[in-house]
Amino acid sequence: MTSTDPHTLTGAYSMDALPEAERREFERHLARCESCAVEVRELTATAERLALAAAAPPPSQLRRQVLREIAEVRQEPPPVSRTRRLGSRLRPGARALPMFALAASLAAALFGGVAVWQYESAQDARQHAEQREERAETLARVLSAPDARVRSGALPEGGTASVVVSRDADRAAFFAADLPRAPEGKVYQLWFSEGGTMRPAGLLSAAERGATVLMDGPVRDASAMGLTVEPDGGSPQPTSEPLTLLRLTGASGQA
Amino acid sequence: MRESARAARTAQPGPGLDGLLERVARGDQEAFAAVYDIVAEPLFGLVRGVLRDPAQSEEVAQEVLVEVWRSAPRFRPERGSAMSWVMTLAHRRAVDRVRSAQAASDREHRAALLDQAPAFDDVTEQVEARLEREQVRRCMRTLTEVQRQSITLAYYRGLTYREVAELLTLPLGTVKTRLRDGLIRLRDCLGVSA
Repeated sequence: MTSTDPHTLTGAYSMDALPEAERREFERHLARCESCAVEVRELTATAERLALAAAAPPPSQLRRQVLREIAEVRQEPPPVSRTRRLGSRLRPGARALPMFALAASLAAALFGGVAVWQYESAQDARQHAEQREERAETLARVLSAPDARVRSGALPEGGTASVVVSRDADRAAFFAADLPRAPEGKVYQLWFSEGGTMRPAGLLSAAERGATVLMDGPVRDASAMGLTVEPDGGSPQPTSEPLTLLRLTGASGQA
Repeated sequence: MRESARAARTAQPGPGLDGLLERVARGDQEAFAAVYDIVAEPLFGLVRGVLRDPAQSEEVAQEVLVEVWRSAPRFRPERGSAMSWVMTLAHRRAVDRVRSAQAASDREHRAALLDQAPAFDDVTEQVEARLEREQVRRCMRTLTEVQRQSITLAYYRGLTYREVAELLTLPLGTVKTRLRDGLIRLRDCLGVSA
């Protein structure tokens, strides 16, 4: 009944019982769902009570060790917004219009909906912020590359899939308009087709469904890219027929 | 639904943890020592419950405490109490450690988990912790067997809900739901308001 509702994940999330990928996806949902955020706050406070009940004295040397160590460790500055940097790095007038539109939607998708949740550990937060920023910069580079080429194709249930390839950057970006939500327990997965085999190129989380995403890994000699529906967590090899297969050959500017 | 009057009676391990953390955020090492004295026992107990190994637990507890120092400026009081924040950092870190160590998925170890009740340690000195333990035990008894097992395995043993489902041979949806409604029942029983 409620199994498709991300709300039911509040309990598992509050107890850190979500696998990494699902946790990130839920955090994106959380950033937009006020009632979930309230419930997570209450349930996290409840989990805290479970923690207090498990109290046990630490080894006596721990206090000394910790106090000695923190005297040497620099504290972090309070968090600051990183949204402005990306905008200034997108070169205006770089290429043709579609890429511009894609770049704009990318900036909105990457930064608009993503909030670093309190409960993400600070270390995670640092890493994720750096990874996000790196991906954003790579994606911006692909979209504005002089040799970028767009390929589009219709999806079986309506909507359009597009891929932007830069052979110079050796990376590709994917965008699907009006892609339906993946069935419960399933996820969209991207692939590069190379020499007759499919190489995994990342998952499309629910939140990324309408966004431009950087495909994982280099393009190398891939002749096409595909989109399939896979069981949650993705697959090493496609287990279903691709919804679309976009040819990348001929996209190379100088081959 | 909740009785806010009862809330935080025993949940507050010290009135000033939030205030202390604010001072820590400004680099106050003395305040940090006071924070240590409040959080060290629950933090260590929690980490050791998940990791079991005393040496690893000490190492992880130390990492978390240093992380509390380092990232105190990021603490956002409007998103929850300081104790919740510290316990969440600790739990998350312990769980990350146990999951990376278990990447090869050793099933024998996991099967052994089923036999174990939450490892409440009775040697703690803190009165609050003893009261807390009594209350949590009492409230845990109000849960259904599946709720109690799911919460114990997920929280005290650091399993993902998928691993819990596999271990208890239950559908994923059931475990998700039991984790949520079990925790909600505990919330109401413990009178938590956040």
